[in-house]
Amino acid sequence: MPVATVTASNAESIAAMRVQRKRMKVREIRDRIVESFLLFAALVAVFTTVAIVYILVTESLPFFSHVSLREFLTDTMWTPMFDQARFGIMPLVAGTLVTTFVALCLAIPCGTVIAIYLSEFAPFKVREIVKPALELLGAVPTVVYGYFALLMVTPFLQRFIPGLPGFNMLSPGLVIGIMIIPYVASVSEDAMRAVPNYMREGSYAMGSTRFQTATRVVVPGALSGIAAAYILGISRAVGETMVVAVAAGLQPNLTWNPLNSAATITSFIVQVSLGDLPHGSIGYQSIFAAGLVLMLTTLLFNVAGFFLTRRFREVY
Amino acid sequence: MKAAQSAWGELERSVRRRKFIDQLFVLAGMAILFASLLTLALLFLKLVHDGAGRFTWDFLTNFPSRNAGRAGILAAWVGTCLVMLVTVLAAMPIGVAAAIYLEEYAPKNWLTAIIEINVTNLAGVPSIIYGLLALGLFVYKFGLGQSIVSAGLTLALLILPIVVVATREALRAVPRAIREAAYALGATHWEVTAHHVLPYSTGGILTGMIIGLSRAIGETAPIITIGALAFIAFLPTPPMTSHFPYLSFTWLTDPFTVMPIQMFNWLSRPDQAFQTNAAAAGAILLGMTLLMNGVAIYVRYRFRKKINW
Repeated sequence: MPVATVTASNAESIAAMRVQRKRMKVREIRDRIVESFLLFAALVAVFTTVAIVYILVTESLPFFSHVSLREFLTDTMWTPMFDQARFGIMPLVAGTLVTTFVALCLAIPCGTVIAIYLSEFAPFKVREIVKPALELLGAVPTVVYGYFALLMVTPFLQRFIPGLPGFNMLSPGLVIGIMIIPYVASVSEDAMRAVPNYMREGSYAMGSTRFQTATRVVVPGALSGIAAAYILGISRAVGETMVVAVAAGLQPNLTWNPLNSAATITSFIVQVSLGDLPHGSIGYQSIFAAGLVLMLTTLLFNVAGFFLTRRFREVY
Repeated sequence: MKAAQSAWGELERSVRRRKFIDQLFVLAGMAILFASLLTLALLFLKLVHDGAGRFTWDFLTNFPSRNAGRAGILAAWVGTCLVMLVTVLAAMPIGVAAAIYLEEYAPKNWLTAIIEINVTNLAGVPSIIYGLLALGLFVYKFGLGQSIVSAGLTLALLILPIVVVATREALRAVPRAIREAAYALGATHWEVTAHHVLPYSTGGILTGMIIGLSRAIGETAPIITIGALAFIAFLPTPPMTSHFPYLSFTWLTDPFTVMPIQMFNWLSRPDQAFQTNAAAAGAILLGMTLLMNGVAIYVRYRFRKKINW
């Protein structure tokens, strides 16, 4: 606006415009500030991961300065709290793998069948009701599952397996299996539902039944998502703590027989934490070393899962 | 003629066989589904049955005791409430803000990719690892001690991925048209988000928060790792005081116990009477979890019905 033509009323409108522009500026600055706060909140996730790795590594470094990696990986005894301490992680790893294996033997078949049923067979109404109900199974506090394993499943199993000790890996393994069924079922069902309908229709047009369509078209098509669901289940089972801490006994025991009692990586951490734990003691260091192993184990499964899912990915 | 007939018969048999397998699978699916849900019911009934007789007022108002019949969960449920308070206050703003950033602001670059990968990964980290993180970081490095605030912050980190994922889903469900209408009237990015997108996604955000809390309330392992004690025969300092400034924050650094730890402690004793207590505490804990999940489902349902795009 040329300055020469400024009149009284024009000056007023220019002033109003200035106010307007100033207000705009304030709002823009507020926007900028809010955005940086939001970014900071999102970065908390990154900080957490970095902090986890940092803490696990730095707190377990002193442990590895007086336990050689060779002893850690090959010794068959884990007795860090004894006078004659032995530091072989294998008994704990074995316990973890056995309970996880038992859990998967139950959760993978059951979870897969439920997923196929819900995705391919169940009427809409049934699915709407059953899915949230099933997810409640995953919401039950794990210590409650521990009670269930110790005082219900173990006595029940003892009727069929005479000589089964009160603490064993079979019962908590089965209970963990029940616990992770919803994870396996829910994620694989989502994957199956993502398979486009025309593929099912093509299969029906060839005269196949729903079961044939499910097993030969839908499941192969959703394989990458189903693999991801299994990996999620494995991570849960490996990291599960309270069920094994309650029902598997807390004796580190290098055995591959699920009928024996044993400790897992997680239950060892809980057991040590229950006692008095001075900062810097060998017990304190050993739980971080155990935590590091646990973290690496879940990471291993996750990386394997990443490559598996990529291998089986179908693009529609 | 005869050949055609036998071929027809063959086909019929094949169809019948395949349909039979189909039906068999439906039965198997329903049976397994039913069995899983039955387990849940069985679990709850077992706890209620075993804990019967302990559902008294005294059980709620007594401190733990060496005498199983006199022991109660007062310290435990008060501790649980206070820890949950800290968890909500920490997880809600950070989780919702992080989700808003990822869904509404984040440019497509390497930083966003890193944040996304981290959120996904954190959801799969075993809960006890969070306990170790808290032990090393909150308890010793930050010097917060084995306190309510350490526990609350730990659980907040633990449920952060749940809150973020649920909030993102809720934000994504708001149609583009709403945002564009607000932009067309001159709203800034934040105004669009705060005045229009967020109110529409309240239902989804609340649902996610409740689900997250119901997970946090039952978490035992990370809190044991921090070093919560099971035998606490006193209450934390009350947050309200009778003199100025009427609010006190010393409770944040008090030692504490929570419901699942109390239950675990009773459960690991060989004495039968204490296991009755464990069952009663477990029934209350499970009841609270199921109730929260029920509320979450209801909230989601209500909000979905109320909003018509």
